Amino acid sequence: MVQIEELKQRVQALAEEGRKRLEEAASLEDCEAARVAFLGRKGRITELFQLLPQLPPEARPEAGKLINSLKEQFQAELNRRLSEIKAQEVEKRLQKETVDVTLPGRPVALGRLHPSTQVLREIYRIFSGMGFQVFESPEIETDEYNFQFLNIPPDHPARDMWSTFYLAEPGLLLRTHTSPGQIHVMRRFAPEPIRAILPGKCYRYEQVTARSEMMFHQVEGLAVGRHITMADLKGVLTEFAHQMFGKERRYRFRASYFPFTEPSLEMDMDCILCGGRGCRVCKHTGWVEILGAGMVHPVVLRNGGYDPGEFTGFAFGMGPERILMLKYNIDDIRLFFENDLRFLEQF
Amino acid sequence: MRVPLSWLREYVELPTDITTGEARLLADRLTLAGLEVAKIEHIGATEGGQPALAWEGIYVGEVLEVKPHPNADKLVIAVVDYGKGPVESVTGAPNIKIGDRGFKVAVAEPGARIVDAYALEPQLIKVKPANLRGVRSEVVLCSEKELGLSEDHSGVLILDQEAEVGRPLAELLSEVVLELDLTPNLARCFSIIGVAREVAALTGKRFKTPEVGWRPSGPAIFGQVEVEIQDPDLCTRYTAALIKGVKPGPSPFWMRRRLTLSGMRPINNIVDITNYVMLEWGQPLHAFDYDKLHGLDGKRIIVRRAGAGERIITLDGVERALTEEMLLIADPEGPIAIAGVMGGLESEVTEATRAVLLESASFSNTNNRRTAQALKLMSEASARFGRGVPPELTIPALKRAAQLMSELAGGEIASGIIDVYPVRQPEIELEFDPKEVERLLGLEVSQEEVIELLEQLEFSCRPQGRLIQVKVPWHRLDISYPADLVEEVARLIGYDKIPTTLMADTLPRQQRERTLELEEQVRDLLVGCGLTEVITYSLTSLESAAKLEPQRREPSPEDYLHIANPLTRERSVLRRSLLPGLLETVAENLKHHERVAIFELGRVYLPSRGGPPRGGAPGPALQQGKEACPLEPRRLGLALAGPRSEPSWSWHEKPGTMDFFDLKGIIEELLRRMGLAGFRFIKAEGPFLHPGRAATLLLGEEEAGLLGELHPQVRENFELEEPTLVAELDLEAILARAGLVRRYEPLPQFPAVLRDLAVVVDEAISAERVAQAIKAAGGELLRELILFDLYQGPPIPEGKKSLAFRLRLQAEDRTLTDEEADRLRLRIEAHLAEELGAELRK
Repeated sequence: MVQIEELKQRVQALAEEGRKRLEEAASLEDCEAARVAFLGRKGRITELFQLLPQLPPEARPEAGKLINSLKEQFQAELNRRLSEIKAQEVEKRLQKETVDVTLPGRPVALGRLHPSTQVLREIYRIFSGMGFQVFESPEIETDEYNFQFLNIPPDHPARDMWSTFYLAEPGLLLRTHTSPGQIHVMRRFAPEPIRAILPGKCYRYEQVTARSEMMFHQVEGLAVGRHITMADLKGVLTEFAHQMFGKERRYRFRASYFPFTEPSLEMDMDCILCGGRGCRVCKHTGWVEILGAGMVHPVVLRNGGYDPGEFTGFAFGMGPERILMLKYNIDDIRLFFENDLRFLEQF
Repeated sequence: MRVPLSWLREYVELPTDITTGEARLLADRLTLAGLEVAKIEHIGATEGGQPALAWEGIYVGEVLEVKPHPNADKLVIAVVDYGKGPVESVTGAPNIKIGDRGFKVAVAEPGARIVDAYALEPQLIKVKPANLRGVRSEVVLCSEKELGLSEDHSGVLILDQEAEVGRPLAELLSEVVLELDLTPNLARCFSIIGVAREVAALTGKRFKTPEVGWRPSGPAIFGQVEVEIQDPDLCTRYTAALIKGVKPGPSPFWMRRRLTLSGMRPINNIVDITNYVMLEWGQPLHAFDYDKLHGLDGKRIIVRRAGAGERIITLDGVERALTEEMLLIADPEGPIAIAGVMGGLESEVTEATRAVLLESASFSNTNNRRTAQALKLMSEASARFGRGVPPELTIPALKRAAQLMSELAGGEIASGIIDVYPVRQPEIELEFDPKEVERLLGLEVSQEEVIELLEQLEFSCRPQGRLIQVKVPWHRLDISYPADLVEEVARLIGYDKIPTTLMADTLPRQQRERTLELEEQVRDLLVGCGLTEVITYSLTSLESAAKLEPQRREPSPEDYLHIANPLTRERSVLRRSLLPGLLETVAENLKHHERVAIFELGRVYLPSRGGPPRGGAPGPALQQGKEACPLEPRRLGLALAGPRSEPSWSWHEKPGTMDFFDLKGIIEELLRRMGLAGFRFIKAEGPFLHPGRAATLLLGEEEAGLLGELHPQVRENFELEEPTLVAELDLEAILARAGLVRRYEPLPQFPAVLRDLAVVVDEAISAERVAQAIKAAGGELLRELILFDLYQGPPIPEGKKSLAFRLRLQAEDRTLTDEEADRLRLRIEAHLAEELGAELRK
């Protein structure tokens, strides 16, 4: 016969032994071996149950409880040890998987828009917020559209303002500005009100230098209606400049001359480079010109099909490349059409 | 236009000692009113001026006595007082002679810096006392050159007699010059008096009406000169005066100085006076040597168009061939001047001239411009005539110049003026509604205020009810519409006083320009495909276009639109293709990049006239009788060269070089995303493409561009070493077919079954044919077909290829069973075997 006391001792010893064995287990395999050794079919704890019949019947329930609790205890400790080891192994694996986070990421093939396109889109966005819509007009123009309808008759002294490329075919030329678009849009919509933005390439018969290009973009703006004033023009242009260049800059409007607007104006901004103190870029005036504008000349309104007694309008013109040059202090306009990726990739 | 303020001050009140700040304020006021001051030049001022020209240590001195030099015949000793007691200066100046005294000179004391008169390059030297042949010279009496005033070193500068002894020269000669950048409408400001009028109106100071003087004393001009205008359409007024007994010689210092400050070179008093009065009044004048003119009874001037083949040698010594459109001043023997452009050499005023016939005339500005441009003779005179000179200006300018000639060149003015005035300057009167100011500016200005402002500019105004009758002064040729008066009011009030409002006018109906939106969408998709946008020149050359042809044969010139006045040969025609520009860009960028992937979205220009007709009056009449303009369709160009991805540390082996299928993949993706249905590619032969790697894009049955690998010979033409892929697509066709409406399909309800299928076919059978055969046999259950392998080589027999497809089979109403899927595959296999002789690959 086995006495309960003896069993108690053996349970205690086994508990101790089991704990030790688990503590020593270093891997999942060790844990499994320990489980088999203690809880397996022939395991040390399982074997204890075989002792039960040898105990006095009155001691058996207590003994059963003892062994069961030993078994549960061992199982709990085994589980704890298992999760510890798993955690350690994960830790080890993660250690091995460490990368040099300073290595550059894999290159993504994503192109870029030309800076002129980017600034054109910015211009469309700003003006569409004020109800202007984008239209297009042709690059090859007639003398009438490029000049005469815009109140610039042949041999008018103002023709000196635009050096022109003429096509070999008489009467045709490459537009020198986007202003002929004013006539196209007016003739399309008269007598409806208009708010239009007309972007496109323009051409001038000029030697290509850092400061002048034979080809460039321009954006024409036109608003025609029954109650449009120069105050509105100032408002629209100020809103544009605030969004394009920033509210913190200073702006001014000064009288100027374009044959197709009367009164005419130019808008200046304090020189970004010197902050208005005067430098080479602003020719020591502290101001740089950002665009030209004015109230549409009555002759032009009439040529567009609007009665100048009833309708008024304003028009403005600006150069996206010039805007970029001012914004980023680019000193060579040729960069835009040289298409050096080292330049294009900066925008 | 250069405006010395000391000169301007004669016609409008200005502070005598204008500070830098005041000059700046004046310049700003002018600039804001449309007279853009490009530069303020301070001459001889220590503040803001250049130190080299500051004239420190140089004073006004009086020559007290001139004594002979004991040891040198060519030198004299001048005793001068410049406010610090008498000092001696040894000089060799020919205009300082023994016995001279009492005149004023510029004295540079030791330490002062003057220009080295003998140095080849302009440089400054310091004045030091020196021994000249045994006599000590304490100071230097300066020439104009030594003072940096001109190149003249022929003698000492003689100053005005009124100049105060001891006064710093800088105070006497310091000057502020405003350089005006004048727009074409400001012809009136091409003169000191014109600018003075503006300054007066803008600053509220008094305009000092100029006095011309005019004291004739000689016999009458009539009988001595006769003028006939044969072409009054080109010469509306011709006035002339006669000055006899003149002595040509240098002009006085003050006149030469003003001419120099204004950017003109002094020549002699007669010519200088014509230039001086032109600068002052804006009226170009011409002086003829009276004695060299011809005529029977007295001299005869004829203003007429040139005859065919007529020629003249102009003042610059060049013989000019004239056309019948050019206006001449002639005498009975032939041309003596090209009217308003340049005088003839034969009747030029020289030192021997004793009598001057002075011309002050009005010529047609457009004709004058055309002549000056045709002869490439842009002079100060033609710059003014070309912009317009009012006929009313001729007489005052003529009188002023004649008077100066009598005063400064000792001449006697013949009494009377020849004045032939066939076409009178129209008087312009406008009926002006002051409400126009508010309508255009958005700023209310009362009738009284409008009148007050306009009167400041010498408009005469007469209120008539709520309107104003406005008479335009004769010196304003730029005013013809009420809007012009509104601008005058705005300029005087100041643009800054106009309020800033947001438009309250009716918002136009908002409509979309689809084409432009789609164009932007194409750009975004291509950027997403890894391409960078470029913009190349629309102007190119036939040589550049020829590079697209393997043998560089030039294209036929009539296929191109030519520039009549090209700047360079390289930019002499309008492009018909985006490719040469793109390929040049690729070649340039491959010099510093391994991989180049670019696109351009732009126009090409075709001589065929399919564009909308343009010209004529607005409205329906527009369409009549006008030819259509050339077409400028939009194209899309793509170019790729180099490896598939940028170099990276993760390249265990270099990624492959981009090939035909990289390019095609981009185009397919673009077309799919643009919602185009029914596009396909067929084998093509573009002359510039590799004959085995070129395709035509078909949209339906319409050809919409070429794509492929560049022909190796063409590659060489563009100096490209790498295989380069290019495409040029008809963007108009693509945009026209873009699918704007997306169709939604419900997600499948039942699972799909995947089956792989590998077949061996003749290599001549295209992958597309095989796929079509599979689809035909697969029917509705075949939902997706992917070609995932292409193989040639052992064990596949020679002349054959193996294609492996993945089939996604799916039914809409049930879960497909394996048996069904297998049956379908068998059917497809049988069809392929029958149709294409395909064998199954196990």
